[in-house]
Amino acid sequence: MTPLACSALRSSSSSSSPSSPAASLSPSPPRLPLPRALATALVLALPLLLAAGARSAHGFCGFYVAKADTHLYNRASQVVLVRDEDRTVMTMANDFQGDPKEFAVVIPVPVLLQRGQIHVAEKALIDHLDAYSAPRLVEYWDPDPCALPLPPPAAMMPMQKSEMAAGAAAGRARSLGVKIEARYTVGEYDILILSARQSDGLETWLRENGYRVPAGASRVLGSYIKQGLHFFVAKVDLEQQSKLGFSYLRPLQVAYESPRFMLPIRLGMVNARGPQELFLYALTRRGRVETTNYRTVKLPTGDEVPLFVKDDFGNFYKALFDRQETREEMRTVFLEYAWDMAWCDPCAADPLPPEELRQLGVFWLDGREGASPAAKPGRGRRWNPGGGPTDVFLTRLHLRYDGAHFPEDLAFQETGDRENFQGRYVLRHAWKGGATCEAAATYRRELRQRWDREARTAADLTGWSLDDVRRRMNLRAGPAAEPAEEPWWKRLWD
Amino acid sequence: MPMPTPTPNRRRDSLPAGVEESRGHAGHAKAGALRRRGTALARRLAADPRHYQLLVLGSLLAWGVFRLDLEVRAGQALAIVAAALATQLACTRLAARRPAGSAGAAAAGAAGAAGTAWATGAAGTAGATGAAGTARAAGAAGTARPAGAAPPLRFDPKSAGISALSLCLLLRTDRPWLAVAAAVLSIASKFLLRVRGKHLWNPTNFGLVAMMIASRGQVWVSPGQWGSAALFGFLVLCLGGLVVNRAARADVTWAFLGSYGALLLGRAWWLGQPAAIPLHQAASGAFLIFTFFMISDPKTTPDSRAGRLLFALLVAAGAAWAQFALYRPTALLLSLACLAPLVPLLDRLLPGATYRWPRPALLPPERSFA
Repeated sequence: MTPLACSALRSSSSSSSPSSPAASLSPSPPRLPLPRALATALVLALPLLLAAGARSAHGFCGFYVAKADTHLYNRASQVVLVRDEDRTVMTMANDFQGDPKEFAVVIPVPVLLQRGQIHVAEKALIDHLDAYSAPRLVEYWDPDPCALPLPPPAAMMPMQKSEMAAGAAAGRARSLGVKIEARYTVGEYDILILSARQSDGLETWLRENGYRVPAGASRVLGSYIKQGLHFFVAKVDLEQQSKLGFSYLRPLQVAYESPRFMLPIRLGMVNARGPQELFLYALTRRGRVETTNYRTVKLPTGDEVPLFVKDDFGNFYKALFDRQETREEMRTVFLEYAWDMAWCDPCAADPLPPEELRQLGVFWLDGREGASPAAKPGRGRRWNPGGGPTDVFLTRLHLRYDGAHFPEDLAFQETGDRENFQGRYVLRHAWKGGATCEAAATYRRELRQRWDREARTAADLTGWSLDDVRRRMNLRAGPAAEPAEEPWWKRLWD
Repeated sequence: MPMPTPTPNRRRDSLPAGVEESRGHAGHAKAGALRRRGTALARRLAADPRHYQLLVLGSLLAWGVFRLDLEVRAGQALAIVAAALATQLACTRLAARRPAGSAGAAAAGAAGAAGTAWATGAAGTAGATGAAGTARAAGAAGTARPAGAAPPLRFDPKSAGISALSLCLLLRTDRPWLAVAAAVLSIASKFLLRVRGKHLWNPTNFGLVAMMIASRGQVWVSPGQWGSAALFGFLVLCLGGLVVNRAARADVTWAFLGSYGALLLGRAWWLGQPAAIPLHQAASGAFLIFTFFMISDPKTTPDSRAGRLLFALLVAAGAAWAQFALYRPTALLLSLACLAPLVPLLDRLLPGATYRWPRPALLPPERSFA
């Protein structure tokens, strides 16, 4: 948990600055004479306008408190696709927890890969990408309701939006119609590039060479063979692994040039036990990436949720995602984050500096280090510590898939959409100081309604029972009590 | 709206006006009034295939804006519709200023070509389709006009409306001016890119493909953004449209559905894929809009049935090639745009009667820009 740049805004709002969006709760008119109020508002608003930039005077600023990263999920794969024109760099990581000697992957690839096109990346890169783009929780503090009222709350608006005996093995492979195109040792991995004529032969070869191929894979392999795909087969070389000293499996990277912008998921679904979780990070030059053969839908975002979510954000987000999956009948890819890598607001982690992006395969950054960002850092956002880049756009997609709902491999396209989006949920702390003015009475009345609204929102987003949510909020059951109506004469001589 | 010219499309014969009044059952007066209203609505819908198309596309757009996350922005949709209608109006006015006989080689040439088309159609090669009937009626009206007089040219918002709604449903961009440019380009292409009295490209197809290429990725189409419920409803509406407008050149739609479907199924069978994959590939809103509203555009399809069937087959083959060999997500649009210039050639090899939308006023076909 890291309080970030927006803490400045936090302190100003908790000290009853009108700069906090929350102060709009007070509907009463300003009690300062109008010209003075206007002047005060302008003076206070100006630095914010300068800080917040063009899109909004209020930005997305909040006080970042928690994120829901991929560690929430047990069987999650993470794939990074770096793509520009027809060039793709794919980084694959999974949370394989078993004995490394049991690990093996077979991945269809569109081209014959040479040694230089295969690399092993550091897991920390993907962890950083995950942290940077994870759905986040932010919090705001209500100001003193007796202070100057404010313009409408922008913060409440939706987000603007292994080794083999070579000779004999090759002979056996040929007899099965399998050609070992190349064999490489890269880091802790033994890698084979295979071409095949018949799926049966390929399946037999894989079995004979110690790969546990699930029943039914032959049909899928056959489909890929006929489409002209080759197979990238990797096992862990235990000796190499112990030499290198890694206790976990590092992500594999491949770079290739092909017009196919897709991710083969069908092999992974053969004999799969239940749905699988996939996080896909696309780093592109132009804009957001979407699936062309499945719906890509934005997650609900920007909602105010009860304060107890702060201590249970992981479970809250899992419940929210489950609920959305149920609503969309598990046929949808969810957009969790779409943002220019130059900055973030609020930041769950720093943007990835150019060096890390280059290691992930962002090949168009050569010679771009040191470029200055276009604007000075503002209070509500952080700029890329490397001073750029400005032409890397990150899209984070999250899907839960199985064969029944995702029959076809994922196909993607890059769009020209550069509108920023993040999964973000808002906590608002009520004013706890003393306040005796008339506005305070209105504020307290509305506060009750707000809590009720937050309870309903949380119940609707997560599928939790409304009564449970209210209990956790220490609210009494039932809708918020309607405030007693004021006598008609109450304001007559005010 | 004035009643359109009688055509075989319409159900006027089966539902003659005033029948209800002559029955004289006082007790059924209210029911009769309701029936009359329903009949009038059905008649109006059936009078011109575009009425039904506008209804379907409009409903789909409303569903997309309010229920699906289609990212159709209301402001952008309004801008597209306004730009399309304004372009239609402006181009109609400009075209009306040119004397039909002398001004443009295009208009003059078109007159001759369309006349020939009508003559061929009247000779009976096109068969008893509603289209041919319409063309005959219109052609007859055209010949009845004194030689050399410029025929009146009326602003007809229906086709422009269909183009605009299709653009709203398909075109995606962050920049509103690109959406407006696509609308202007679509409608203007109808007036400018013409051969033998027919515009070459379906306006929406031309506008989309031209803008996707010219904008270098700033304009795109999202073919996957449709839920299964919406798709099913849309399919029902589309098929309903074929029934309502039974004669409006549905042959090209059926031919395309059959040939492209066969290609998808054949490929899946060859690859050993389950049937769920080709079904999933066809379950796309963009595919349905293309099949029922774009390739079937009677104004840009070949005149003869044989030509249309051949054209549908070529577009299906081109789309499958672009999709599965070139890996283009917008394969359907690209295929149609690349093959549309073949239509004049097909019309020459396999002549037939040029289609005309049913119109309230009888205008010669060569002056039609709808």
